[in-house]
Amino acid sequence: MTKIEEIIQGILAGDRRSIAKAITIIENNTPEASKLIASIYPHTGKPHVIGLTGPGGSGKSTLIEKIVREYRRKGKTVGIVAVDPTSPFTGGAFLGDRIRMQELSTDEGVFIRSMATRNYSGGIAKATKHAVKILDAAGKDIVIVETVGAGQSEVEIIKVARTTVVIHAPGLGDEIQAIKAGLMEIADIFVVNKADRENADKAVMDIQAMLQLNNKEKVWKPPILKTVALTGEGVPELIKRLEEHKQFLEKETEQQKSLLRAEAELIEAIKEKAANLIIDELKREGEFEEILQKILKREIDPASAAERILRQKLKKAISDAEA
Amino acid sequence: MQSTRKIRVLIAKPGLDSHDRGAKIVARALRDAGMEVIYTGLRQTPEQIVETALQEDVDVIGLSILSGAHKALFPRIMELLKQKGLTDVMVFAGGIIPEEDAPEMRKLGIKEIFGPGTPTETIIQSVQKHVPKRN
Repeated sequence: MTKIEEIIQGILAGDRRSIAKAITIIENNTPEASKLIASIYPHTGKPHVIGLTGPGGSGKSTLIEKIVREYRRKGKTVGIVAVDPTSPFTGGAFLGDRIRMQELSTDEGVFIRSMATRNYSGGIAKATKHAVKILDAAGKDIVIVETVGAGQSEVEIIKVARTTVVIHAPGLGDEIQAIKAGLMEIADIFVVNKADRENADKAVMDIQAMLQLNNKEKVWKPPILKTVALTGEGVPELIKRLEEHKQFLEKETEQQKSLLRAEAELIEAIKEKAANLIIDELKREGEFEEILQKILKREIDPASAAERILRQKLKKAISDAEA
Repeated sequence: MQSTRKIRVLIAKPGLDSHDRGAKIVARALRDAGMEVIYTGLRQTPEQIVETALQEDVDVIGLSILSGAHKALFPRIMELLKQKGLTDVMVFAGGIIPEEDAPEMRKLGIKEIFGPGTPTETIIQSVQKHVPKRN
């Protein structure tokens, strides 16, 4: 068995080292990454994937720790992917989400992985969805994705999570009104954490008001919950709502969203692979540099250059096929 | 397609130290050198440290200890790393570790010991040198 086959077998058996190695492989996009994903894909689709997003300081990690404890009490196994931003200047990242969850490290039923965005925009890392699939194939009942804390435009989470929880806390300096429209629309559940603070009730009312302004006829009305993550208050109610949303997702009407998600993933994969194939060829043939120079000298704009390249490559592909 | 590989480092504080200023300085320096640094906070047990290193598939572990308990904790950590098959991880240590204990620590498998005042550049270069180039 090759090393990659060993890792695949390991994932399916739930072996932690294999899971860890596999996530590194897809993060670094090594040559075996495609084979890895292709092999585990048929074994995926089971867990409830929950996304948690919200501004820094809202208590996401502390809340996740309490959520995971509740699920563990119910006998479920959990995978967690905690995402933090990569510095655009240095390429490095400080991944500190584990600090609040460290007691769970030695729980056999919990696997925690910290990921850096590596400058992918939208609050998650490009490899996040694959990391979720690996934890899925390894048999986790629940997978939680914690996204970068800016909370303003971090909506990529909906491509990965089935249930999205948006968390806020009073007194962060950001008024609730500052939650941008996108985030309001993607939330399946709202949580006002640190609810023991002043203005918690006001925060709940503000969210209610904003939801009413949103005219869309929604089948699922997002509940607004209050929690105190430090003490665990409100967490059992949150779990109940998470379970409710999971039931809701299993209904016919939500299958349509799965279709849209699959479509989005396929299109993204086609775009990425097509671009890579063409660019690799251009670089091999030495044309890439030439075209870049033309663009720098303002002889051609990038969009027209791309068009010209594509016409050339596609014409050649067609005539090759006919030959 | 480009593979991007980042050096992943775990900065861990075994034992009962009451502050982590030094550990955080090193963590930030490594981050500024382009590495992904996982920091797990104060009061970590050897079991927590090794399990974290495994799940995060780190290339390097930096152990920061001020309390003098290194002779009790480091052997346990190195033993657990061996048990879990993590023998290719580079381990370095820092904090308050007396010079006379250094040979014993190195014999356990700790590659470098960086005392107080070590320039962060020294640590960065050491890590970059020791982490094998796997591509």
